Parts: sequence; C-alpha cells; structure tokens
Amino acid sequence: MPKLTIDGQEVEVPAGSTVLQACEAAGREIPVFCFHPRLNIAGNCRMCLVEMEKSPKPIASCAMPAADGMVIKTDTEQVHKARKGVLELLLINHPLDCPICDQGGECDLQDITLFYGPDHSRFKENKRPVPDKYLGPLISTHMTRCIHCTRCIRFINEVAGVEELGACHRGEHMEITTWVESALSSELSGNIIDLCPVGALNSKPYEYRARTWELRKTESIDVMDAVGSNIRIDARGSEVMRVLPRLHEDVNEEWISDKTRFAYDGLKKRRLDVPFAKTDGRLGQVSWRDAFAAIKERLDGVSGDRIGFVVGDLVDCETMVLVKELAAGLGSPHVDCRQDGMKLGGGARGEYLFNTTIAGIERADACLLIGTNPRYEAPLINARLRKRQRHGGFKVGRIGTPFDLTYPVTELGAGAQTLGELADGQHSFADVLEQAERPMLILGQGPLARPDGAAALALASRLAERFGMIGEGWNGFNVLHTAAARVGGLDLGLVPRDGGKTVAEMVAPGALDVVFLIGADEVDLSGLKDTFTVYLGTHGDRGVHAADVILPGAAYTEKHATYVNTEGRPQRAKLAVFPPGEAKEDWKVLRALAAALGTEVKLDTLGQVRQRMAELAPHLERIDEIAPAPFEPFGHEGEMGGEPFAPTVADFYLTNPIARASVVMQQCSELFVQGTRREATGTHG
Amino acid sequence: MLHDKDRIFTNLYGDQGPDLDAAKSRGDWDGTAALIQKGRGWLVDQMKASGLRGRGGAGFPTGLKWSFMPKEANGPVYLVVNADESEPGTCKDREIMRHEPQKLVEGCLIAGAAMGCTAGYIYIRGEYVREAEILQRAIDEAYAAGLLGTNAAGSGYDYDLHLHRGAGAYICGEETGLIESLEGKKGQPRLKPPFPAMVGLYGRPSTVNNVETIAVAPTILRRGPEWFAGIGPEKNSGTKLFCVSGHVNNPCNVEEAMGIPLRELIDRHCGGVRGGWDNLLAVIPGGSSVPLMPKSVCDDINMDFDSLRAVGSGLGTAAVIVMDKSTDIVKAIARLSKFYMHESCGQCTPCREGTGWLWRMMTRMAEGRARVDEIDLLWDVTKEIEGHTICALGDAAAWPVQGLIRHFRPEIERRIHEYTAARQVAAE
Repeated sequence: MPKLTIDGQEVEVPAGSTVLQACEAAGREIPVFCFHPRLNIAGNCRMCLVEMEKSPKPIASCAMPAADGMVIKTDTEQVHKARKGVLELLLINHPLDCPICDQGGECDLQDITLFYGPDHSRFKENKRPVPDKYLGPLISTHMTRCIHCTRCIRFINEVAGVEELGACHRGEHMEITTWVESALSSELSGNIIDLCPVGALNSKPYEYRARTWELRKTESIDVMDAVGSNIRIDARGSEVMRVLPRLHEDVNEEWISDKTRFAYDGLKKRRLDVPFAKTDGRLGQVSWRDAFAAIKERLDGVSGDRIGFVVGDLVDCETMVLVKELAAGLGSPHVDCRQDGMKLGGGARGEYLFNTTIAGIERADACLLIGTNPRYEAPLINARLRKRQRHGGFKVGRIGTPFDLTYPVTELGAGAQTLGELADGQHSFADVLEQAERPMLILGQGPLARPDGAAALALASRLAERFGMIGEGWNGFNVLHTAAARVGGLDLGLVPRDGGKTVAEMVAPGALDVVFLIGADEVDLSGLKDTFTVYLGTHGDRGVHAADVILPGAAYTEKHATYVNTEGRPQRAKLAVFPPGEAKEDWKVLRALAAALGTEVKLDTLGQVRQRMAELAPHLERIDEIAPAPFEPFGHEGEMGGEPFAPTVADFYLTNPIARASVVMQQCSELFVQGTRREATGTHG
Repeated sequence: MLHDKDRIFTNLYGDQGPDLDAAKSRGDWDGTAALIQKGRGWLVDQMKASGLRGRGGAGFPTGLKWSFMPKEANGPVYLVVNADESEPGTCKDREIMRHEPQKLVEGCLIAGAAMGCTAGYIYIRGEYVREAEILQRAIDEAYAAGLLGTNAAGSGYDYDLHLHRGAGAYICGEETGLIESLEGKKGQPRLKPPFPAMVGLYGRPSTVNNVETIAVAPTILRRGPEWFAGIGPEKNSGTKLFCVSGHVNNPCNVEEAMGIPLRELIDRHCGGVRGGWDNLLAVIPGGSSVPLMPKSVCDDINMDFDSLRAVGSGLGTAAVIVMDKSTDIVKAIARLSKFYMHESCGQCTPCREGTGWLWRMMTRMAEGRARVDEIDLLWDVTKEIEGHTICALGDAAAWPVQGLIRHFRPEIERRIHEYTAARQVAAE
C-alpha cells in the first residue's frame, strides 16, 4: 500500500495504482483524454501531466505507477502551463465546428478547454484537414476532429478483439483508420462512439438528428438479448433518438452491443398502432371495443382446454403475470413461454440460470462452451470471457460448431458424443477441467431446444458435478439464454402443467380452437390457419400473419416493466416515450380484455400487478439482486442424437421483431452476416 | 591531442580490410574468452571504473546501465544494439560498421556476457545497405570461426547475434521505439517506466546500447579501465569519434580525446573553418538536436558532455556541424524543424501538433513574413513541447529553435523589419 503526498495531503492507495488514481483518491481532478480505466494505458494525450518532486519534467500521471513516498503537486504554475500548452496544441488543428458537431454538449475537449484551456487561438497557419473514413453503417467519422487519443484503437483491439483499427502514417499526418477500407466487423463497435472524447466518431443513424440538451434521458433496461444491459434511452417528444449504455459493473460494465444501441429505429417502423380484426377474411382497423367484442364472440362457448397462450421473447414480467391470471380465469392449462421448445422449466431454478454470474466469469479459470456462440447470443458475456482470457490462465473449450469468438478456443467436438466422453472423463480436455480450481460451463440453447434437450441437460449437470464445478461459494453451471423474457417466464412458471400443451403442440393444426400469441414471432405459425388467433404485440412481424385479431402493445421503451436476465437478476425498465397511436401497455390490454371477457382479474394498478408478481416469485421484488439457486442434478438421462449442436442465433442482427424492423440492423445483417451487400468504398460518399 | 597508441579504431579510414583476419591482426578477439570467464560482476565493474558514458547522445554511464539488468532472469534476456544512426550530421557508427565491424561483433558478445544476455540484436538503419552487408559478413565470419553461437569464442558461453534492418525512421533510433520496431510494430516510443531493463524486447529484460559504446568495450577491457579513464577530463573520460561536417576545409571523422577544444578539433583535423576562424558564425556541436553555439562560445569551448551542457548545448553524438558567415542561419534551423516534423511519430500531442507549428512559423521567420511578437510565440511553443512528450524527440525539435532565438534573435527581427519595410514600399 504505497503512501503518497498529493498537494500536501497524504493518501494511501492500493498497490498497483497509478498516480492518477492516487490524485483522484485525494480528491484532485486531473483532466484526461486518452486514459480510460478499462483500456490499456497509452499516455499519449499528455493532458494529465503533474509535477513530481525530484523529477525535472512533469510526469504523465495516468502512466506512472504510484510509489511510496512520492510527492505530487497538481496545482502549480508548471502544471497549469503544461495543461494549457497541451490544450492549445490539441486545438490548433481541431476544426472548432462545435455548433454543427454531434458531440457538442457532451465533448471532453469542450469541457476541459473551458476549465483549463486558453481563451483564444494564437495559431495563424492553415489547419490540417483529414479525409473521413468508412467504418460501416453504424459509425460516421469526422477525422479532422480526431485528437489521436487512440481509445478507439485500443477498444477494438483489446475489448472487441478484432484487429481492424489502427494508426497509419506518422507525425501530424497520423490517421486513425481501418487498414483496408472496410466496416468494423465487431458487434461491440458502437462503443467507440462513446469512447471518442471528441466528435470524430459519431453514430451514423443519430447524426445531425438532435442536440444532447434537447433529449429526455430515461434509465432503462435492454431486451435485445438476455444479458439485461443497463441503458439510457434518450428521447425527444415521442421519439427515441438514441440508446446509450449505463454503467453496471456486474452486467455490461459500460459497454452495449450494436443491436442494443442501433436497433431503436425499429421502434418507429412497422408498428401496430391500432387494433385490427378480420371481417369477411380481411383484416381491418377496428376500435378497441370491437376488437374485444370479436374475441369475446369467438370465445363464447369454447372450453378453457381449447385455449392456449404462447408467450414471446420480449415480454415483460408484468404482462406474464396477467397472462397467467387470464389463462387461469379462462381455465386454460396451455401456457408456454418457450417458443424454441427448450427443455427447461418446471424444475429447480438453478437449472436455467447463469449461476456463475457475468462478473463471476472473471474468477473462473476454465470454461467449457456447449452448443453456444456467446459472440452472437450475448456479446457482452463474450466480452467478459475475452477479458478473462486476456488476464491469462483461462482455457476455453467448445463442443459445437466452430466460430471465431475473438479468443483462442480448443475445439473438442461437434455434439453429444463428445459431451458424453467428456462427462465420462475420457477426453483430453478433461484434464484441464480436472486441474482447474473454478471451472465453469456454459450450456447454450442449441442443445436444449432439441428433442433430446433434457438428456443434454442431464449430461451437462453430471459433467458439472464430476469436475467440481459446484462448490462452496462457486457454481460453474450456466445456461445462456437468448430471450430477455425467458428467465422471468420460467420464474413465474409459464410452462405447461397438468396436461398443458407446449408451444409446438399448441401451434399444431387443429390442436386448439383459440391461441393467444403474446409477442410471439419466433415460432412456425403455419399450423394456425384454421385456429382463431389473437396477436398482442408491437410489430407487424411474423406473428400477425396468422392473426384474426391484432391488439397493439407497447415496446420495451414504452412501459414500466420488469425483466429478469440470464443470471436471474430482476431489473426494471422505465417508460421513455408513450406507445404510438392507440397502443397500450400489454398488461393493461390483457386486464381490459379480461374485463371484456367477464373474467375476474383483480389487478387494477401496476402496484397490484407487482404485488401479485411478488407472490408468484418473491425474488422478483428484489431489484438488481440475484437470488442464489442451489444446484442439484438436472434433466433426465437419455439417449442423444448424433447430429452436431447447432447454434441458436444464425443472424445476430435480426433476432427479434424490433431488430427485424430496423433498417440499420438490416444493413448490418446484409453486410456482416449474409454478405449480400456490397461494401461502400470511398467513392460512395 | 590523442596519441596514435591510444586510438581504439585503428582502421577508421579503411586502410586495412574489415575482414576477420585483418581485425585479428589489429588486436580484436584477443583473449576474449578469458575476459568473459572473469564473470559478469567483473565486466560490469571494469566498465564502471572506465567512466565510459553512452555514445548515443544522452551520455548515461554505461557500466551503471549494464548493472540494471536483473541478476536472475528465468528466460531470455537481450542485448539490443542501436545502429539506427539517423541524427543529422552523425556518421560515426557508419564508419565503425564499414571498417571495424569485428569490434562491434566482439563487443556484442562481451556486453552480452556482462549482462547475462542470451542473444543480441543489431538494429541497423535501412539506408545503410552496404554497411549491413559488411556487418552481416562479419557476423557470418565470426560464426564460422566459432566466435559466436554455442560456446562462443571458446568461453563456454552460448550467444547468438542477429542483424535486423530498419525501414528508415528517425524515431526508431529512440530505444523503446527501436524495440517496438524490432518486434514488428509501428515505431512508437513506449512509456517509461517500465524501463527496458525490466520489460524490453518481447517483454523480456533488455539493454539498448549505441554501436560506438559497444565497439569500444572490448578494447577498454583489454587495456584496462585506468587507461580509458586517464584520457580526457574527469567524468567525461575516454576517446570519442567526432564527425565534423559543414563549412570546414576538410570535413572528417576523427577519434579524439574527450574534452578537446573545439577550435583545436577543427583547426588540426579539418583544416580550419572555411575563410578562417573569424568567418565562423555558429556551430552545432552534437547533431541536429542540440542547440547551436555562436562563435563567441565556440572560441574556447571544450568538447565534452559537461562543458557543453554548461553553455546550454550538448555533446549529443559529437556530430559537429560548422556554419560560416555565408549561412542563412534561420533557414538552416527551419530545415531542422522540417526534419523533426517529418520524423515525429505522431503518438503524443505536443510533438505531433507542435513540430508542424514550429516548422510553419520557422518557414515564415526565414522569409521575414512574421511579426516580431511572434518570436515570443515561437519560444512559447517550444516550451509547450519541451519536457511534455513521451520521448526526447519533442525536446530535440524544441532545442535548435530555442538556441536560434537565444543567440540570433536580432537576426530574425532584422529580417522581419526588412520584409515589412519592403512590403510597405511596394504598397506605397
């Protein structure tokens, strides 16, 4: 624990700290551009210079390790001169086009110049222009504004793990660029927009649309995957203008995936904003009253046993409570939240959670991936795995389809046979798991969604026991979900019981008379042609094609809602904008429908719904807390098919109705996944 | 005046061949094994006692630098020889590699042994094509003669030596920039600490030394540190290669004793300043990066680290650039500013942005197209760069301009007035 004197004040900081951290511990603010706590130290902006006793030159505090007995001064003539000098030099070639710059109002260079910089320019020469670069459909560049802090380079190389960004040329001709003009292929690339301390890297879809001070900021939760990234939704009027990450050390740190950040334009397209009902075989706009009347008419005389509920991937817990109540009221046992048909739920909670927790990955020392592609299914969990990998002493093995995860992975085999061998300790990777102190496994949806999913679960749980993945203070058994609604649904028990039908059975031709699709778009609905189908959701996506009545609902940005992430962490999204047109929050729609159908559901306010939710699953009340779930042998041992474990997410950019409606996500998909889009070159503007 | 018997580089002018046999006849590789077998501690102590200071420019005591290398290192440890001789005006290492390559090769082995290195790398600048060929031949000869490789020179010590050609960037002569380049990366200096002695080439302990420093080491060890320390003034001992260029009658490389008076160096070895000593305008005593000295200082200055530092300049690489009164001194310094702008790596702010600004202002000053108060601005900018950068290139860019303003401000002002006056006449 080195002890330093900062401006006459003694501070003690943990070993391995830098002088900058020591200064912050002493309450001194040091301006920085290139320094970022989650990236390697570059020390190139020279903004953080401070005076150190016995050093003739000022030192870069971000790069200097704190040592015992150092005497640091941060408020001297020399320091002020150095800061002013560095700022003057940063500004001489900076265009000073703040009035038209997207970064204006949230620009580090603006803020720091205001406090530490010169008040006028002494530079009489011509400024240096820099040609803009093409980085793909997500990021626009204004390279003349670049101050060469290299945060973007370091992020793309270190965190995102694709070596696609670097610096070319030298001296004042140095430019940040992709080596060969091509789009950044990382799913985390949007984070460099936040990292850029100036307006050199901007969000392409957001560019020139708004000024930061006009925006209403709402802290919320993302639903694009099951990570539950913490986000901030910036809206103006009734429109979501952009989505930014919010710090949560245990979930997304301060990153979000490109889908989370850029899919918001899908919230404005293909929206269902009025109810529809079929008359004479054609869908037409109707009033809420008529829509409910049409449902009531059809339900008249239908026994509960002939009614089913399919719950989709983006549905919030409040809505699921209402689904449960409504189904009970109608006497239907057919409720299922597992569109992909995975063989989880109904048993102990530990079987379907990411028990290690996302932050816990950093404590693991070996990892086995079973039929999962975390880079597509949960980019931020993949980023954690990569972070752990970079610290060293972390071996990752995979059973399943090979895919570049941005870190070295040992390929063990394709499917159940390898899993079986490993569980019996007959595979070379068994030694790695054997020797690891805290091994973990991640079981993907691919194996679980197969007909033999229960056997895969059983094998994985046997493997977890065999290699000591379960112990005091450590649970290495993890299931990685892809749907934001799934864990909440399983927690609330939205799985068929007492002869209830699963999703696949419900959508079979003639299985039921009436099917309610609650935001369900990821299931084959061709069997519902002759079934009366009610769709409640946000987008004119797959689900509406089979619908006889369409009820417009609210998207995740338009309601106060609870989501449980793959770790089992309940978090609350907040209303940022109101639902469009006549659309309403889903739970209210179901409540009104229940009333129209004459079914008694005594939940009239959000408070009452949440109270009921707490009765059904008490841990959902404790926001942001993970209720630990004990391990026990899960699944049912059985024969498994020989086909390889296929990945669940084939196209990262188009996994849900919002993303599919998004033009930006379509472009990304065409460019990065399907490869059908020609890359724009420099002459494309 | 250095006696012939005290010269280390007896073949500096290439009178004999650079090959191994000729080198051996000059005394190279004599008793190398015995020297190495005296052990690391003895070698380092001898170097410390000799008072040898690094010949690359900074003048850091070599023995002390060698002693920084960890005593116990589990794994490879490297010696890196900086043969990226790019400082304008400097051409001493070139002559060593052309004519005395075996001195460097032997030095690499001995220095490697003194620091427990497992291998050595010589990083030679790309423009030295022939020199690289000669040096490679010398290394091959040494391998063939069993002087390198397993049981090098019969000392029982295994040592490999590699030659690596750079691509011609001045910044790759900075020790950590050189290491980056050697690793195959963009030549950008690293942050220090950690110093190369802890984390250097490929993340292993390394020491970077100049060619001349390494090449003189075997002779020092053979003749004894007392001999070397006895030449030149205290704390600046030994012999040194001086490269005198510019407005002298006979530009040359010469090995001389440290502390030789500048005037004696020029008069005795270079046939004097063109047009006589009184025609001297200024001298840059240590390569382009040190501040120039006007004639008044040159009259009685001695050429060693401490004397030159005392007058606000430096010995640097001992590349003496002589300028007589026909020199356009402002334009000359403006040209140096252009060089530093061109060679800045672009990594850190003051150097990247400041060197370009300096050059642009210097260009205007050379024409007189400026205002007098801009001279103060120019001074301010050099102060904003100096001492605020990761490596010393920022300082190197600032110092020549500072030297110019310090000693030739009236000349700059005169030009500005002349230019302004001419414009006024034209306007009228």
